[in-house]
Amino acid sequence: MNHDVAVVGAGPAGLATAVTAARAGCRVALLDSAPRLGGQFWRHGASESSGREHQAWSVFAALRADLLDSEVDYTAAAAVWFVESTPDGFRLQVTGHPPVRARRLVVATGAYDRALPFPGWDLPGVVTPGAAQALLKGSGVAVGARVVVAGAGPFLLPVATGLLAAGARVAGVYEAGEPLRYARRPGAIALGKLAEAARYAATLARHRVPYRTGHAVVAAHGESAVSSVEVGRLDRHGAVVSGSRRSIGCDAVTVGYGFTPQLELPLALGCGTWLDVDGSLVLEVDVAGRTTVPGVYAAGEVTGVGGADLALTEGRLVGAVVALASGRRSPYPDSVLTRMLDRRASQRRFARLMHEVHAPPAGWPSWLDDSTLVCRCEEVPLARVRAAVTDLGATDARTVRGLCRTGMGWCQGRTCGYATAALTARLGGRALTAADLVAYARRPIAQPVPLAELAGPADQSGGKRYRPA
Amino acid sequence: MSWTHLPGAPTFSIRFDGEPVTAVPGQTVAAALWAAGVRSWRATRGAGAPRGLFCGIGACFDCLVTVDGVPDQRACLVPARPDQQVTSR
Ligand SMILES: Cc1cc2nc3c(=O)[nH]c(=O)nc-3n(C[C@H](O)[C@H](O)[C@H](O)COP(=O)(O)OP(=O)(O)OC[C@H]3O[C@@H](n4cnc5c(N)ncnc54)[C@H](O)[C@@H]3O)c2cc1C
Ligand code: FES
Repeated sequence: MNHDVAVVGAGPAGLATAVTAARAGCRVALLDSAPRLGGQFWRHGASESSGREHQAWSVFAALRADLLDSEVDYTAAAAVWFVESTPDGFRLQVTGHPPVRARRLVVATGAYDRALPFPGWDLPGVVTPGAAQALLKGSGVAVGARVVVAGAGPFLLPVATGLLAAGARVAGVYEAGEPLRYARRPGAIALGKLAEAARYAATLARHRVPYRTGHAVVAAHGESAVSSVEVGRLDRHGAVVSGSRRSIGCDAVTVGYGFTPQLELPLALGCGTWLDVDGSLVLEVDVAGRTTVPGVYAAGEVTGVGGADLALTEGRLVGAVVALASGRRSPYPDSVLTRMLDRRASQRRFARLMHEVHAPPAGWPSWLDDSTLVCRCEEVPLARVRAAVTDLGATDARTVRGLCRTGMGWCQGRTCGYATAALTARLGGRALTAADLVAYARRPIAQPVPLAELAGPADQSGGKRYRPA
Repeated sequence: MSWTHLPGAPTFSIRFDGEPVTAVPGQTVAAALWAAGVRSWRATRGAGAPRGLFCGIGACFDCLVTVDGVPDQRACLVPARPDQQVTSR
């Protein structure tokens, strides 16, 4: 069947897009690789009770009810691994399902945690905050009995309080940024955000969890798994203040510095990108969510990391925009659309402030030693990346990638892309560029695909030109 | 502890390198292993270093495991199923 629009991703952004466009009369296909609706924010287990502790669960329940009520053609466990434009729109290759055709495409594929390397980060028990959250929300398992939560961003707070609610101890929350800087721009913060932060702070205080700003986990130690971490105070440049390191015992540590948008599909279609203020590669979109490629729209983290509220607003907007573009009536009166545009603008302003406050500490490379792995998959240490730049004269991320095999392993640069690109720029004495990040973000195949499917029916013309990585 | 460990929640068994491991419907293979105290199920090709869960959502490929004879499955994505055979690598 030919759809008016295919939406990839059923998180806050994609769900809102699909429901809105369907309400306006569009024929919508909604695809997500996960077995359940909700994306990262509303990840839940098999039992309904697992959602009770989520933020804004009632919003999800309403969206899900709308979806079930609608004509949206929703497919779970459907990973889109390839997309190509056709004369009348787009064709999506989906693992385990027949190809999906649609006139328009909405990319709402979200993001994953952004990791920075440090000595010991490859020890089992060192995970991203998102991993701890996914383990808890999706499977009901606390990542450890005594956990250190570290990195940068407001996301560390629900991770810590979630672990506390599950009965784990949190040995400390170490935020590299300086959240006091929010106070200098009081107007930029919605009251709801302040109330939420206050609730988290109260929970941490009640459990006597230390919360330190301007601190980072700079090393992890252990034999077969992590048993302690070193925490240090950071100076203005993000280097560890000498004498400030101390050791904290733990059986798990979560470390993450913001998020990296998932852009394989739009990059394959040639959509334009830019370097956001948090250093993430994000899609270039106009106020209506249109990318630079006609017929391709984007909503949520892929247009710039900003959290679930912003993702919802963008989803509702883009849903209305694709409906209009498909010749349907707008699902909202103009006054509502105007208010949504305003809300989007203020949520974007808040996201900007958030990125300034929680920027990855510039001095992180100084935490590494020569043997620290930068690329986990291909086991490439810092010394090799440095040699590629300083001895072999590589100046751009792509050349370093070719010389060191960083980002050439199983994850295809998803994990090390940001760090390696940033290191390359730093060693070369220049600023990080979008091109550095593109070198690690372009992947011909968005999701691993069984060989049988690659070699599959002749109809799948995209298949044979590519080898799996 | 958390909701899956509520008394009365139904459980089943998977096998990890032949040993039974308890799982709860809806859990991933990685979560069932983690709840059983298993922290790694793979050794790297170069240094032979242990690896287990890292990103938890299918992006990092650290958690690769063999499930019912199919190699290179991401344990953080594959749902646990009764009598599943999980083998480390
Ligand atoms: C692991 C993790 C946990 C998080 N937990 C929280 C939290 O508890 N609280 C909070 O405030 N924020 C959390 N966040 C931040 C999160 O990014 C936002 O809150 C919000 O979920 C963003 O909404 P979105 O719709 O843009 O993307 P997402 O919610 O990430 O949804 C994107 C969806 O696209 C699907 N997808 C991606 N690629 C493909 C493909 N090729 N084919 C098919 N489907 C695909 C994914 O399966 C996913 O369901 C978390 C982020 C991560 C990475
Ligand atoms: S833990 Fe990263 S892919 Fe499974």
